[in-house]
Formats: sequence, C-alpha cells, structure tokens
Amino acid sequence: VIRRTVAALDERLGVASPLKRTLRYVFPDHWTFMLGEIAMYCFVVLVATGIFLTFYYVPSSATVHYQGDYLPLQGTAMGANFESVLKLSFDVPAGLLIRQTHHWAANVFIVAIVLHLVRILLTGAYRKPRELNYWVGVTMLGLGILEGFLGYSLVDDLLSGMGLAIAYSVAMSVPFVGGPLAFLVWNGEYPGTESFWPRLEILHVFLIPMAIATLLAVHLAQIVRQHHTQFPAEGSERVVRGTPTWPGYALRSIGLFLIVSGVLFLLGGLVQINPVWEWGPYEPYLSTNGAQPDWYVGWLIGALRLMPPLEITIGSYTVVPSPFWGGALFPLLVFGALYAWPLLSKRLVDDRREHNLLDRPRDNPKRTALVVAFLIWVFTVFAAGATDRFYFRSFVSYEGQVWFFRAFALLVPVFVYFVTKRVCEELKARESHPLRGWSGSVVERTEEMGFEEAESSRLRSER
Amino acid sequence: VSRGGIVARLVAALGGLRGLRRFQTSPRHREDKGGNDEAPGRVEEVPPPELDESSDPRAELIVALLLIAAAVGFAGFVVFYVAYDDTQLLGLCLGLGLVVAGVASALAGKRVVIQEKATDEYEDHGEPAEQRQVQNHLVEGKVGVTRRKLLFSSLAVVGAALGAAALAPVASLGPRVGRKVYETPWSEGKRLVDEKGVPISIDTLAEGEFVTGLPAGESLENLGSPVIVVRLAEDELELPEDRAGSAPAGFVAYSKICTHAGCAVSMLRSPKYEPTQPSPALVCPCHYSTFNPADGGSVEFGPAGRPLPQLPLRVAEDGSLEAAGGFYEPVGPSYGGIREDPDARPL
Repeated sequence: VIRRTVAALDERLGVASPLKRTLRYVFPDHWTFMLGEIAMYCFVVLVATGIFLTFYYVPSSATVHYQGDYLPLQGTAMGANFESVLKLSFDVPAGLLIRQTHHWAANVFIVAIVLHLVRILLTGAYRKPRELNYWVGVTMLGLGILEGFLGYSLVDDLLSGMGLAIAYSVAMSVPFVGGPLAFLVWNGEYPGTESFWPRLEILHVFLIPMAIATLLAVHLAQIVRQHHTQFPAEGSERVVRGTPTWPGYALRSIGLFLIVSGVLFLLGGLVQINPVWEWGPYEPYLSTNGAQPDWYVGWLIGALRLMPPLEITIGSYTVVPSPFWGGALFPLLVFGALYAWPLLSKRLVDDRREHNLLDRPRDNPKRTALVVAFLIWVFTVFAAGATDRFYFRSFVSYEGQVWFFRAFALLVPVFVYFVTKRVCEELKARESHPLRGWSGSVVERTEEMGFEEAESSRLRSER
Repeated sequence: VSRGGIVARLVAALGGLRGLRRFQTSPRHREDKGGNDEAPGRVEEVPPPELDESSDPRAELIVALLLIAAAVGFAGFVVFYVAYDDTQLLGLCLGLGLVVAGVASALAGKRVVIQEKATDEYEDHGEPAEQRQVQNHLVEGKVGVTRRKLLFSSLAVVGAALGAAALAPVASLGPRVGRKVYETPWSEGKRLVDEKGVPISIDTLAEGEFVTGLPAGESLENLGSPVIVVRLAEDELELPEDRAGSAPAGFVAYSKICTHAGCAVSMLRSPKYEPTQPSPALVCPCHYSTFNPADGGSVEFGPAGRPLPQLPLRVAEDGSLEAAGGFYEPVGPSYGGIREDPDARPL
C-alpha cells in the first residue's frame, strides 16, 4: 500500500524528491531542542480547542439576565459574552474541559516559548545565518502574549474587565497619540461600545492566530533550509549529525505531541483555572483585591506597580502620564533589546561569522552574563507584580516591598552579571561539570610519605 | 548540490532497512573559506553515522500494551461523555489516553524501530555569481529610463497618497476624543444611590465606613459615574480652602476610577491601632495607588500621577446625599493632553 500510494502521488505531483528530503532530514539530539516543539504542539492544542470554543462564544456585551445551571448568578444582569462563557462551562458537555485546557495551553505555550528563547540566547543560536529566524521567533512571542491577553479579556468577567481597563489606560498614556488611539480601539471612552467585542474576537480567533501560524510556517521553513544548530559533541560547523525524521524522530516527536496534549488535558480536567463564575460579570465600578493576570502579563503589572508617580506636565497639560513608563515603555525596551540583540551582540560578545555549532553557556562568559542579567531584570519586575499576594501572607509592608524591588531591579542585575561571568570563566577554565557529579581527583599518601594522585579509573569503579 | 545517486536515495527513502543502510552518506569535510573560527578543543571530526537494527521484542510488547491502554482511555472518554458528563473524569480519560499513547509512540521511536544517526551537510547560502545575476536583472529595470528622478519622485508621491487613502478609513473605527473624557453624569443636585438604587443618606455610614455611590438614573458603564463615599471624622478633614463645605458631616466622595490605570478604587485602609497603623487611605487593588481621602485625594503612594478627583457633596432636605456640583478635576486615567478643564469646576 505504501509503495502504491507513493508511486501514485509522485506520478501526479512529483512528491518523491521533497518527501525523500523530509524523511531523511536530520534532527540533532538534545533535550533543549524539544522546547520549541512543545510550544508548537501547545499551539496545535490551542487551535483545536479554540475552534470548539468559537462555536459557543457570543461577542456581544448586550445585557442579558443569566438563567443557567449555576444558581449563585441566577438572574444577574451580565453581558451576552459572559453569559455564553458560563453556558459553555456549565451546560455544554465537556465544555469546561475544553475551556480550561485552552487556558492551560496558553500558559504553557508562552512558558515553552520563553524557555526556548532563553536556550537560544544562552547558546548563541541567534547568530548568523539565523538572525531572521530569531526575529520571527521574538515576534511570535510578542503575538503570543497579546493573543493570550485578548483571550482572557474576551470573557468579560471581573478580571478581564480590570485587565482591559489597564490596557485602555496604557493606550491612553502614549504621548500625543494615546487618546485618539484608545478611542479608535474601543470605539469611544472605556468600556467602549457594542462594536468593541467583535473586534476583540476577530483579533483573537482569526487575525493573530493566522499571523502566528504564518510565522510558525516561516520559522519551520527556515529551520529546514538552514538545518538545526547542534552542540559540538555531535557534529561540526559543516556537518549536522542526528536522528533522521523517519522512522525514529517522527515517532518520538509524535509521542511528544501526544504527551504535551495529554498533560494539557489532564490540567484542563483536574486543575481549575480562571473560574469566571466566582469573579462575576464586570462593571466599571467593580474591582477585586488580589487580582492577578495570567503569568505572562505579570511583568507588566510589576512594572506598573514599581514605577514612581512620574508624570511629565507642561503647565496643566500632561505630556507623559505615568502608566506609560511601566505599561508601554518597559515592554518596548524589553522587546527592543530582544530584537536588537543579534545586531548588538556582534559588537559586544560575538563575531560576525557564520555559526552552525552552538556554544555551551560557559563558552562565552560575557554573553551568558549579559543574558542572565537581562533575564533577572525582567523577572525581578515580574516578581514585583505579586507583591500584594506576599503582603497578605507576611508582615512586610507593601510600601517596603515596592522600595525593595525598585532597588533590587536596578542593582541585582549588575551583581548577577559579574557573578555569572566569573562562574562561566571558572567553569570554562576547569572544564568541570558541577551538575554531572564529582570530577575532582583524590590525592593519596604513599608509603614513602609522599603524595600522588589516585588512579581516577580506580576511583570511578569504586564509587 | 547533488548528493548521492537519486535512485539510491529514493530506494533508501521508500525501501526497507537494506536501502537505508546503503544510503549512509559519508560526511564531506571541506575547508572553511578563510574564517574557520573553531575554538580550541573543538574538532572538525564528526562521529560516523550509526545504524542499530537489533530488535527488542519486549519493547514491542510494551508499546502494544500501552496503545491498548490508551484506547481504553479514549473509549472511556466517549462513555463518560455520553453517560456521565464530568469534567474531571473526561479530562482524566482523555489526558491519560494521550499521555499513554505518547509514551508508546516515543518508546517505539526509541526502541522498536531502527536506531540511526545520520549526517547531512550545512549548505552554504550566498552564491556571489547568482547574486550578481539577480542584481543585474533588477538594475536592468533602470536601463533606458532618462527622467529617473522625476519618475521616482512621482512614485514616492503616489505611494504616500495611496498609503494615506488606505489608512484614512481607520479613523472611522472610533470617535474623536473631544470633550467626551471630561463629561460625567454628575451635576448640581444629582442624587447618590448605591448599587441597588437605594439612595445614600447621612445615616447610611458611620465614621470610617465607605460605600460605592452612583448617580441616580444614569448609566453605570460611564467612567464618570461611580464614586466612593467615605465618612471621616470631621476633625480629620484637611481639605483645601476652596473646597470647604464639600464634605458635609464628614462625608467625602471621590471618583472611583483610579487616575492611574482606570481600575475601581474599592479599598479603604482604615486605622485600627493609631500608633502603628497609617491614616485612612483609599487604595486601588490593581497597582496599589494610595490616595488620602482627608485632603482632597492626594497621592500618598503608588504609581498614580494625579489626585483622585473629588465630587463635592451636600445634604438634601430629606437627609440623603446629593452632588453639590461636578468633579473638581477630570475623571479617569490620565492621557497625553488631559488638562484641568475650567468648565468642570462649577463651584
């Protein structure tokens, strides 16, 4: 059957040659190469579960009175959008499973992308000839964060309303163009008009997913054209060595896909996420304490909280309102640094030549130190987004924590830079692997009262 | 770049193990042109391709068992979907089925099928000769054109005009900002009601308590609508002089919309033990902007850049609270260009 199918297809479409190349494509073996795959498989799960959800979601804020299975909200006035999510969760069989799996998949999707990005930064995989693909990847991260935010905003529960209010204020805060910009997006002053919700929906279910899917295709096509990078232990700058697609790698990767989606469905079924019926519908005069967004928006909340009340005014005219610094300038700086990195690194830590072999993080102490310091900076701000949660569980005052994080965000990255650099230099000089067991040597006293190194092979057999 | 015989590769791709073995390509070592920047200790030597055809009947059995277990999980999903729709059970069946099937597939990839380490070459992209051909081909477009500058200028003009025409409809997406952000439903004599529409009177609150106030009969969706009404001890008040009389019996009202990021300021931090606890303050739960209700809403802490706008109050004859005018300042989050609006200060 296989032979006949291949022959029949090849006679009509000439698929043998590309198929052959695909089946023999070589995948270098290293566990870190799975991170990008996990992100891709999360995206597949997101699309599959998302299609299911679009069949039930109603993009309208028209007021209805809830008459569903969830008694505590019976008769409550709410938007048709929120009502449709409640119905999906309580009345549609497996609806809650699909919704929670979708939400979990979004969180894991961005975790996987970020870890993938960290791997690429630490090993220098962004270097020539792969800068273009790095930029495609960074763009997908940005789109993924936006897509996730729009996703939980669609529900129109109390948390999404608070998130949208902040998004509106950040949009408003952009100097000079902010006000008109926010009015265009929301079709007027927040919370906007009825036409805002179809806009949000078409962005979330069509435009941004299509953009991500297209970039994903470009990402993969570029990888195939250039081949994967690899660590020096396996291949060389000229030759890539690894497992071919068929049969070994395909089966393993399909296995990874099934395991990733299985774990997501287990999470969706067993671990509650975003129980919107507990938050209730949103009205502008409502808010709740201890509200936390999905994790990938936490860095923006942290930045908004850490910024002092700095507003630039000329007379009574506000030029730069304060949400701009944390909500707009900070992410612009972070993404600007990410986009500029392949160009900056050529001056700072790398060379301009082509590289197919990856560095281990220690091989380039300066690069590793810069990357780690940058990540610590962003994650310090991220951690500051949870200060209120810590405040409720401790006696450390909220103000004290904010001042602590302000200092921490400014000073610790510098400290981390020097420590990381030193550690890498030491590791590089000694070629030691502290995480892979002991690699020292034992000195024994000899019978002649001298010292000599014990046989390392003998030691290994004893241990 | 031709690598190996096409026929051999076709056989290799389609055929069985024999074909695959024949297909092993030996890595070609080439001198890197000029800039071989191998770090010391990195060898150009690549381990040879490997092929392990040994079979593992035990692994085959385990894979088969796992696949059957996965099938049971999927079937369980269908059964529960029909018979007993329970999120946990559905998720458990589907999730475990997928995980088990995934383990089976990965195990098959590692133990059942042949294990192979193959090699391929990184291709050199960037053929100078071909680049020049493309460049020449593109440049040919200019050949024979005499008034190049004029044409390019017109092209730039038409591009800009087309861009403007394409972008202009974006303006229809929403209204202009105009005076909308300054407008609120509050005016002199507007009654304060709570979320259920019950009028707020002078008896509603004791000292240190607060309630959400809304303009009677107006839309709740308006950012200018909600206020937070706090009752303070009258000797605690330190309002500016031009706001004297805006807080009858210690009742002060502030816009509930935070001037930082538009969340509802829904917390009142009230002193419990005078020496250790700070003075009363209104706190926004989003970014913890903290405002002082006693002195006209000034910012005590947090990222807000403007005071919370105060709404002057007065007591009607029946003892209920009503607005003595509009807000003293513009309501809502700041934006580039927001300014103190003279029309919004009716007092």
